[in-house]
Amino acid sequence: MIETFIWIVAALCAIGLYLSWTAGRLDRLHARIDAARAALDAQLLRRASVAQELATSGMLDPAASIVLYQAAHAARQAEEDQREVAESELSQALRAVFGEPEQMEAVQEAPGGEEAAGELAAAVRRVPMARRFHNDAVRAARALRRHRKVRWFRLAGHAPFPMAFEMDDEPPVALAARPGG
Amino acid sequence: MRIGIVCPYSWDVPGGVQFHIRDLAEHLIGGGHEVSVLAPADDDTPLPPYVVSAGRAVPVPYNGSVARLNFGFLSAARVRRWLREGTFDVIHIHEPASPSLGLLACWAAQGPIVATFHTSNPRSRAMIAAYPILQPALEKISARIAVSEYARRTLVEHLGGDAVVIPNGVDVDFFAGAEPKAEWQGGTLGFIGRIDEPRKGLPVLMRALPRILEARPDTRLLVAGRGDEEEAVASLPAGMRGRVEFLGMVSDEDKARLLRSVDVYAAPNTGGESFGIILVEAMSAGAPVLASDLDAFAQVLDQGAAGDLFANEDAEALAAAAVRLLGDADRRAGLRERGSAHVRRFDWSTVGADILAVYETVTDGAASVAEDDRATGLRARWGLVRD
Repeated sequence: MIETFIWIVAALCAIGLYLSWTAGRLDRLHARIDAARAALDAQLLRRASVAQELATSGMLDPAASIVLYQAAHAARQAEEDQREVAESELSQALRAVFGEPEQMEAVQEAPGGEEAAGELAAAVRRVPMARRFHNDAVRAARALRRHRKVRWFRLAGHAPFPMAFEMDDEPPVALAARPGG
Repeated sequence: MRIGIVCPYSWDVPGGVQFHIRDLAEHLIGGGHEVSVLAPADDDTPLPPYVVSAGRAVPVPYNGSVARLNFGFLSAARVRRWLREGTFDVIHIHEPASPSLGLLACWAAQGPIVATFHTSNPRSRAMIAAYPILQPALEKISARIAVSEYARRTLVEHLGGDAVVIPNGVDVDFFAGAEPKAEWQGGTLGFIGRIDEPRKGLPVLMRALPRILEARPDTRLLVAGRGDEEEAVASLPAGMRGRVEFLGMVSDEDKARLLRSVDVYAAPNTGGESFGIILVEAMSAGAPVLASDLDAFAQVLDQGAAGDLFANEDAEALAAAAVRLLGDADRRAGLRERGSAHVRRFDWSTVGADILAVYETVTDGAASVAEDDRATGLRARWGLVRD
């Protein structure tokens, strides 16, 4: 009798430890998502700022300037639920403006243009990077949160179900002379 | 930035991953970063100042061959000590899914972790069985890097999630500036790789050789690499064996000079390649490349624009392509030119900047790497830790 009781207590302890460890895992995943999201926000903001700077610099023709300025401004001001669309539109605008290598060369020849072009190239490369890391973290957290043990014991607490950030982040060809990426 | 790099394979055994880590560490140190590499090594091997030994690797049968791996209590303790003493801003783990130092480091650390997946092995049963054990360690990785689109696809299929593609780096100017050697020039085909490793494809090249010599009798085949030379030429007719010259193991300098000298570099590998660094080196040296059409090779060669491809394991196709290429100087000059331009994206200046961009993305606002102390974490959650 007492032996059975000890076994039951031991089993409950083991289950408790396992659940606590799983909660720790989940907590770490949520922290990873937060960090990845902050990094993605920073990269998106950086890209929109460089784009806006280029648009107002006078290095581009007026039509391209307006298109780029409008898209960059919209991306910076977008509400949370409009963000993915606005950022995708900025990607499209960047592709339209910097579609030809000649445009990029013209910018690089202008005073201070070399630096601006370098910043833009870095920004359009880092956005897809940060987005992949973010969505990778989201996928890992979602996989764990869908598990029975997490749902039954409500290990995720009140944390919102993580959402991937979906957008068109294809960089302009002239700025992305790299395989894959 | 303080960067810790974990190398899963023995530092004293030459290999692609080891060379990649050595070059990466030296590139980063050159850029003013503090780098420490943790690698398995015998205690009496001389190590560069930035390498810390994690103890001797043990030979174990794993995945169909004998691998030298590090695991167990002592290795885990060394990993923890390295993490504690290093106080890194970011750690970069190579091959985190192989049961060696990479996995141990992933298990023991928390904070910004970057991981590079080099191989693209087909999914093994051990991996499927170990998946629930691996997953908690692998999900700590903040950023995954795959060395090719092909390696990325394998990674996505096996482990889920996503990765960015950053190719392996090569010091392009080292190869481009090497001095050609006159005795290796004039109708020569080059091959570099282990002679006795069938996946490197020398047997395919040997089967193709009689046909190549029939069409172009002056051709010579230069082979650099370890292995049994007599066995390698055993399948050739006795009269043709003289057309094959074995150079044995060559130094980095001689490798560059060999690649600068040959008329065509042949890469008849039959599988197991996830990148193909040797093709990049050959293109850097301006050698026209003829390679089997493995996924990874096709990608490095820009789907055939920067080098010729032939059907994998097809000796007839290899012979036909080699004869065509050896007889067409214009085509070789075209490949040389396109290869040299294409290869710039694999130069360390580009690849190193991309890897640094990944480090910066994951360290933005994050705390530094620390030991993952589960016991403390557990007590903290139960409110048992005193400040």
